Amino acid sequence: MDRRDAAWYIDKVAQWVVFVGGISAIVFIVGIFVFITKEGLDFVLGPLNLGEFFTSIAWRPTSNNPTYGALALIVGTASVTGFAMLLSVPLSLGAALFIAEFATGKTREVLKVLVEMLAAIPSVVWGFVGMSIMHPLIMRIFDVPLGLGVLNAGLILGLMAAPIMTTIAEDALKAVPDTYREAAEALGATRWEVIFKVVIPASRNGLLAAVLLGVGRGFGETMAVLMASGHAINIPTSPFDSVRALTATIASELGDTVRGGDHWGSLFTLGILLFVVTFVINLTADIVVRGIRKK
Amino acid sequence: MADGESSVGYPSTGAFAIETRGLNLWYGDFQALFDVDLGVKKGIITSMIGPSGCGKTTVLRTCNRIIERLGYVRTTGSVYVLGHDIFGDDVEIVQVRKQVGMVFQRPNPLPISVRDNVLFGFRLHEARLRKVARAEEDEVLESALRQVLLWDAVKDRLDRPATGLSLEEQQKLCIARLLPVKPEVLLMDEPCSALDPAGTEAVEEMIWQLRGDYTILIVTHNMAQARRASDECVFMLLGRIVEHGRTEELFLAPEHTETADYIEGRYG
Repeated sequence: MDRRDAAWYIDKVAQWVVFVGGISAIVFIVGIFVFITKEGLDFVLGPLNLGEFFTSIAWRPTSNNPTYGALALIVGTASVTGFAMLLSVPLSLGAALFIAEFATGKTREVLKVLVEMLAAIPSVVWGFVGMSIMHPLIMRIFDVPLGLGVLNAGLILGLMAAPIMTTIAEDALKAVPDTYREAAEALGATRWEVIFKVVIPASRNGLLAAVLLGVGRGFGETMAVLMASGHAINIPTSPFDSVRALTATIASELGDTVRGGDHWGSLFTLGILLFVVTFVINLTADIVVRGIRKK
Repeated sequence: MADGESSVGYPSTGAFAIETRGLNLWYGDFQALFDVDLGVKKGIITSMIGPSGCGKTTVLRTCNRIIERLGYVRTTGSVYVLGHDIFGDDVEIVQVRKQVGMVFQRPNPLPISVRDNVLFGFRLHEARLRKVARAEEDEVLESALRQVLLWDAVKDRLDRPATGLSLEEQQKLCIARLLPVKPEVLLMDEPCSALDPAGTEAVEEMIWQLRGDYTILIVTHNMAQARRASDECVFMLLGRIVEHGRTEELFLAPEHTETADYIEGRYG
């Protein structure tokens, strides 16, 4: 007797839909990588001078005698991200500790929702905050001629990265079994001793993953950094100097290039660099998180 | 210590390690303990029996105030540990917990090495006062593990994670880590309920060895265990103490019919 009735077909179709949905993430990520690489490859294999790319600060793709030194862009991205992490790591770990270990009932629920809402603010809005609020504020407080630079972009980026770091760090802290806290408290540990000697060591991997994801977010952020960093090619020597980020360079220049030309290819090379760096950061975070689950 | 005493309502004397007077306790709106007067004598093993939900564990967890972790607990009455009112204003909770060690139902070693587990409380309390040399730590470690009959089994695994030990070993470890702090009272909440019969026997034997050096209050579901491994026995029902007396008397000639019914297995 053939049992291929309607239910059998629905089952088969559902199986395929779920399968396609499941592998689509892989298809997309591979697709993106292939596309970026394909566009950048001609440039990487042709005119690119790796030494110049990583050591020169002369990014002059539109000059008659173009040079493609990305050092200033790399340093720009790194300095802004580094500054952002200085702000957001303590801020978000502190927030996560408060939500997970101290806040109770309503406070906790409200805080969690607020933090998640913060994560949903579009980056152009953060950029706007950087330009219209932080910019004049920094000029006034520090008495400097320009408020767009490492400090401004770092602050904005730090605030942007904080919600996601807080959420992930809080999950990591919550994953520590309560029996650990109870055992330590029964041995006479104070609340802070429980946190520093038991909870944080036990959630170390999760907290590290949270920080790494924050770094990844900082590296990849474009619009807010473009708006708040001043967008000047420069190796910063003070927090008030303007810088230019890799992402912001791609965003601002790609529209003006000849498709398939050297400039176009050079921007995709920046894209490859960004992709590789964020991929490595995320992969590390993922491996670190897996580390916790195994234990 | 008078041997003939066999009922609740002890007078207040210094003979008790733990003494509760008129202890009432509420979880939110639910009253779990009613006027509990309990005197636990120094240096012996006192067991608490009774059906599930009768308040044994609640009494136990009140004695080191770990019950307050829940946040929605309210108490009236007083609890004296070694003569000090633990709800008093001048009492430091950390000192109470230093004097009153607790063993939980499920072994709960911390996710650190065997060594760090045993020394956790010791380092916590001693480090507040002074710098401790490694050699002294090693001595403390060995002595604690020897007292719980675990030294030979784990002496080659001191730096391995404690969570890798067997349940029986874990529970012994959880008792061992209390000892370096030099508590006077040990509270044990069904310490053998997660163990197999062999493990239960081994842990019971070990607890019996600690008798005399420590005052031990042990909650158990297992009447045979109460009978063979305690000097005095407390029977609780519905948040009240029904009977408290020498273990053999309580089991052979209980004064109350509820006690007799429970012992004979008519409920619980």
